[in-house]
Amino acid sequence: MGTITDKQGVQRYIVDLMVNGDPHTVVIKGNTLLVNVLRDELDLTGTKKGCETGDCGSCTILLDGKPVDACLVLAAEADGCEITTIEGVAQHGELDRLQKSFLDNAAVQCGYCSPGMIMSAKALLTRNPNPSEHEVRKAIGGNLCRCTGYVNIVKAVLAVAEEEAR
Amino acid sequence: MFLPDFDYYAPSDLQEACDLLRNLGPRAKVLAGGTDLLVKMKSGLLAPEALVSLKALDELKKIEYVSGKGVVIGGRATHNDLVDSPVLHEHFLSISEAAHQMANNQIRNRGTVAGNLVNAIPSADLPPILIALGADITLVGSKVSRTVPLDSFFTGPSCCVIDPEDEILTEIVIPEQDTTGSTYIKFGLRRSGALAVTGVAAAVTMDGDVIVDSRICLGAVFRVPVRAHDAEDLLRGKTWSDELLTEAGEAAACCALPIDDIRGTAEYRLDLVRVLTGRALRKAITEGHV
Repeated sequence: MGTITDKQGVQRYIVDLMVNGDPHTVVIKGNTLLVNVLRDELDLTGTKKGCETGDCGSCTILLDGKPVDACLVLAAEADGCEITTIEGVAQHGELDRLQKSFLDNAAVQCGYCSPGMIMSAKALLTRNPNPSEHEVRKAIGGNLCRCTGYVNIVKAVLAVAEEEAR
Repeated sequence: MFLPDFDYYAPSDLQEACDLLRNLGPRAKVLAGGTDLLVKMKSGLLAPEALVSLKALDELKKIEYVSGKGVVIGGRATHNDLVDSPVLHEHFLSISEAAHQMANNQIRNRGTVAGNLVNAIPSADLPPILIALGADITLVGSKVSRTVPLDSFFTGPSCCVIDPEDEILTEIVIPEQDTTGSTYIKFGLRRSGALAVTGVAAAVTMDGDVIVDSRICLGAVFRVPVRAHDAEDLLRGKTWSDELLTEAGEAAACCALPIDDIRGTAEYRLDLVRVLTGRALRKAITEGHV
């Protein structure tokens, strides 16, 4: 990871990120959070900011395939990592099955938690294509829905698993 | 939320990391997973001028079995690394299960074992089971390294014996042992993302129905994770029965000195110790390392 020191003596870091399959190089300060790089530098505002303390999960992204809270990851720590955000879930302009299922099952109310929910569920289904309801609930345990619409969210994830099993 | 400014270092080897810590002195903090440190910095509780990241030290992520030594867990292993580790599944599934009870999936993917220990909060989920299994930890400094039994690592809430200006917790060793079963039972107010109101870990060495030896460790009911020595003494050499486990629960409650807080009253916590100690012992006796 390269560094640049500006005239004021502030250290900046040159960070390489692979975001949704595209390589990006950003110049950031030590205290820059990954969620802010995604939203402010790369304009990927699908990743939401909620509590910013790792409780609500609305900033969930996949870091090297694993769901993490982007509000608690320094951008510098993600140097060289592969990142998937909600914008990277749809392929070639076509919604992912999971996204379609969220629509079909009315799993979206205000929508603020949906990106995080989908990232957590996506990680689960990649690891375990046929999860039980309990496993789905565990997987989204770190994602809070302020509309309390959990029932349909769980239904939506299970529907994808059932489709897979058929 | 605003994260104050700091210098960021990502040393490429352990010696460099320790030297950096020593040179930076009280201005610096070690960054492992960041799930606790960054929250504290955002809230203004901590304001280090420099962070020394362990990101590049991949050797601290291993989880392996070393014959004659035991199971070695690198300090930078995340909670989910523990949950998924085939080595732990084979030797001490109870550690995987305890790690699985910490916070939520996103936090488990970042938060590290070393962070969970060095933070030293009395309600942490890993210390009870690791202490019950007799774990030792290795602290590496710029000049010397030392091994400390985890049982004597904690000195108070958020306090432990590590020298924050020199040492890094590199590994946890669960020694070879003849224990036949162990478990950690946590009671939290929610299934996910809740701190333990009370947690009880038990490890037992059985000879048929006779409890040859046991170790019981209580979380969130004392200034530090605390061994229930009275209960252990009571059990030693006895044939196990429901009555004996109830007595052990009573004895364990005598070793606890809980506080009232937002999650529960002291009285409630003592009740939990009584009940969970019995349950943990029964599970360790009848189900092995779970």
